[in-house]
Amino acid sequence: MNDSRRTVIDPILVSNPVTLRVLGICSALAVTTSLSTALVMSAALIVVLTLSNGIISLIRNHIPRSIRLIVQITIIASLVIVVDQLLQAYMFAMSKRLSVFVGLIVTNCIVLGRAEGFAMKNPPGASLLDGIGNGLGYGLILVAMGIVRELLGAGTLMGIVILPAVADGGWFTPLGLMALPPSAFFLLGLLVWAIRTIRPEQAEAATDGKSGEAGE
Amino acid sequence: MADLNPLSWWRAFLRLPNDSPAKTVGVALLVALVCSLVVSVAAVTLRPMQNANRLADSAARMLDMLETLGGGIPDARMVDLATGAYVNRDPGTSSELPPTRDHAGLGSREDVATVFELRDGGALKLVILSVRGVGYQSMLKGYLALKADLNTVAALTFHEQDETPGMGARIGEEAWQALWPGKQVADAAGVIRIEVVKGAGADMYQVDGISGATRTGNGVTSLLRFWLGPDGYGPYLDRLKTEANR
Repeated sequence: MNDSRRTVIDPILVSNPVTLRVLGICSALAVTTSLSTALVMSAALIVVLTLSNGIISLIRNHIPRSIRLIVQITIIASLVIVVDQLLQAYMFAMSKRLSVFVGLIVTNCIVLGRAEGFAMKNPPGASLLDGIGNGLGYGLILVAMGIVRELLGAGTLMGIVILPAVADGGWFTPLGLMALPPSAFFLLGLLVWAIRTIRPEQAEAATDGKSGEAGE
Repeated sequence: MADLNPLSWWRAFLRLPNDSPAKTVGVALLVALVCSLVVSVAAVTLRPMQNANRLADSAARMLDMLETLGGGIPDARMVDLATGAYVNRDPGTSSELPPTRDHAGLGSREDVATVFELRDGGALKLVILSVRGVGYQSMLKGYLALKADLNTVAALTFHEQDETPGMGARIGEEAWQALWPGKQVADAAGVIRIEVVKGAGADMYQVDGISGATRTGNGVTSLLRFWLGPDGYGPYLDRLKTEANR
């Protein structure tokens, strides 16, 4: 019980896939201009990651090593297409706002990374929990950035006005930068800095011989 | 006596060493089969809902457009594109376009199209035309609203496109669409001049292009020229103009 709890909790707080492994950056920059897109994107990734981990773990003992990556990608891509189709059917406006980024979950290093690094070696139960944990870890960062960017960039949260903007007779001047991708880089950098200051063991050694595994 | 029970075949298959050629091919085939089934079922069962969403979305866009142009309920009329005459029935046929005239990259276009006319009493106030064409990487679908002179753009919106996010996809943004009202379609000689240019538009026929999205802009120019020209709504617009002058 303690073990499975750690499988879920660890990737959220301790070994967060975004801030520790710096994976999944592309979508973290693109969909965090508002809280609602960040939430839906996180949910989509959690579903894909959990199911792909579970399925791959179920058949892990029968996947030939020579074609394991292709098998993993095929399963992940199929799940992503199904999620994308569901969004287009049930949340059309949202799927238009997320545009290509749901489809790009296929190339999100977190999903393939967890399939290859965890699900291939662990039983389905633990793999499901690992998927949920890593998905939540990614979601936590996305939601945090979505809150900051929407609040400072537009003065709203989930479209509800929190800080009335000058243009609408309020006092708040929205920071245009927050609506643009570079601000996500700054926020993420600050966040990683803060986390590594609190937990110095997460900082990479200055020269450890291998190149960092940066996400796409 | 050979064992014919499929279950024991299945077990024998699973017992094969993972890296044997037979198992490699078998696993690849099975994974591909199951995944394609799942994807196909999802795509086919959800398509009606997705199409309904798209229709509702384009209808909502048209209503938004009408709202900003002063409101009113337009009449939908079916028009034979070749002659420009009203018809009562859509035969559902289409005509192939020779490549030299196929500026919008459509391949073929329908013979009968639906147009929307907003009239005040008997006088035409607004015509809304549905336009589409190939952009940089996707089909652009939109509505073009023309004022009563049939030469002044009242509005242009794109409700369906899959261009590069942040670049060509900005044709879907209000800021860019706001550049269109007031632009002129053709000059006094009747030559269609409207176009999206690189950089800032200089005259009443030119609309500022989006930097980094030249080919999307060219696509918009071509599709407008096609649909306003002789193979598109040209005959219909000519007929309306003659009627107005009578």
